[in-house]
Amino acid sequence: MKITKDEINHVAALSRLEFGEDEIDKFTEQMGDIINMAHQLAEVDTEGVPETVQVVDRETDFREDKPEHWESRAELMKNVPEKADGFIKVPVIIDKDDNE
Amino acid sequence: MNFKSTIGLEVHFELKTKSKIFSPSPVSYGAEANTETNVIDWAMPGVLPRLNKDVYRLGIMVALATHSHVLPVTHFDRKNYFYPDNPKAYQITQFFQPLARDGYIEIEVRGKKKRIGIHEMHIEEDAGKNTHGANGYSYVDLNRQGVPLLEVVSEPDMEDPEEAYAYLTKLRQIVQFTGASDVKMEEGSMRVDTNISIRPAGQEKLGTKVEMKNLNSFDHVRRSLAYEEKRQQQVLLSGGRVQLSTRRFDEATGKTVLERVKEGDADYRYFPEPDIAPYHIKQSWIDEIEESLPESPFERRKRYVEEYGIKEYDADVILQTKESSDFYDAAVAAGADPTLAANWLNTQVNGYLNENQVGIADIKLTPEHLAEMIKMIKDGTISSKIAKKVFKESIENGTDPKKYVEDKGMVQLSDVSVLGPMVTKVVDDNPQSVEDFKNGKDRAIGFLVGQIMKQTRGKANPKVVNQLLNKELQSR
Repeated sequence: MKITKDEINHVAALSRLEFGEDEIDKFTEQMGDIINMAHQLAEVDTEGVPETVQVVDRETDFREDKPEHWESRAELMKNVPEKADGFIKVPVIIDKDDNE
Repeated sequence: MNFKSTIGLEVHFELKTKSKIFSPSPVSYGAEANTETNVIDWAMPGVLPRLNKDVYRLGIMVALATHSHVLPVTHFDRKNYFYPDNPKAYQITQFFQPLARDGYIEIEVRGKKKRIGIHEMHIEEDAGKNTHGANGYSYVDLNRQGVPLLEVVSEPDMEDPEEAYAYLTKLRQIVQFTGASDVKMEEGSMRVDTNISIRPAGQEKLGTKVEMKNLNSFDHVRRSLAYEEKRQQQVLLSGGRVQLSTRRFDEATGKTVLERVKEGDADYRYFPEPDIAPYHIKQSWIDEIEESLPESPFERRKRYVEEYGIKEYDADVILQTKESSDFYDAAVAAGADPTLAANWLNTQVNGYLNENQVGIADIKLTPEHLAEMIKMIKDGTISSKIAKKVFKESIENGTDPKKYVEDKGMVQLSDVSVLGPMVTKVVDDNPQSVEDFKNGKDRAIGFLVGQIMKQTRGKANPKVVNQLLNKELQSR
């Protein structure tokens, strides 16, 4: 599968990363190699093999229902670009299912 | 042309835990924005979810109470979508291996019993709250992020809005009596989505479904479904096609309004949650939970009718909420006559609750005080007229009825040795009334009772006075 420069630029924009032209060339090639390597998995015969959910043979590690207060809202809010009255302020996005 | 409706419901219950599903943040309603959160709720890099054991316990309780089959192995999955109230950009839910499947609830509509199937129930986390401002911004509060939810998905077995209403009422009652959720729609601890499609009678193939989300009362569910039935019928009768869509109910107009047309099912790219191992539910734990299940509303109803001898209707009114049923049980345990307790609870107490728009937990009257008052009515210490004054005082101020009656000198006069001579004198002083009584005029006795009441300032026990007057008049 061929990865294009446009796809790398698109992923970079989504990731809020900025690259020079030479870096874009390098990543296009590297990403292509990674994707092609992953594609080799498609050649494996998985007929009748249950999907792997976990690679460790262990049970769910339960936690007792004991509430703990986090010390500081201010600490959590440090990374928030815009805030108002303790809320995180974000641009309106409407196209969303209400139960999500 | 006749049409047949097919209705399915998805109901989310907030599970009544002290902390969240995957983080130890407290669960509370109405706290200041973003104060009940931590690094896990905010999805800070490197944090890992850890499952709250009580979430499973409460979920299994609901599964057992609805005759559902608890799956021996369950695991969580990621539902991927991007939205500001969801910091991880995915919701942890159960898609492939839910908690339970294949349950049912029995409803009764128009005198007919019917089983409504439960397709499945699964555990998931709630998202934060996103409030749209008028200034092009939204305001996100992550307090609700990670609150545990149990989603109960019905089979599409309901055929009209009344059946949907009956199913919701029954499901709400069952869940409330397990203690798994508060089921308060006004606080968001119970939320309802509906799916409805119609098709010409006799046609096997189901019609195109329309979804309505976040209906905030049972009445809205019933009204929106009734409107939607008619709307879809008109579309089909006029040669149109029903669109696969999401609509919302406008309570002001009683109509449903188109929100969006669905191009097809959204692709959430579900895959197993790698950070939480699958869970093998041991049968011994299920048995233990079943043993600990509180008395169901159906068992209570049987007890009220068969042991306490109250009317089925009265039992149903009491059982509308767990709080009211618990209050009734406590009053009877404190010595109240079961029939009188049911009457007082269903008329006076409920009347007060409705008038003041409060719940039974908000009033100052205790079950013990109600029992005390009922005992005083029964043994003739107070009249039912005085009881209403005592009740008002107790429910508003939490006053002990016995003390109040004594302090205010409200004790009813039932002593025959005191009332006897009074009756004789009243009869002696009113020969015309004696004559009227002998001539079959029933009003005469009422006049004489009134005279005694006047003399005793309303404290005489009317029952005793009536008995004494009848005896006295018969002997003349």
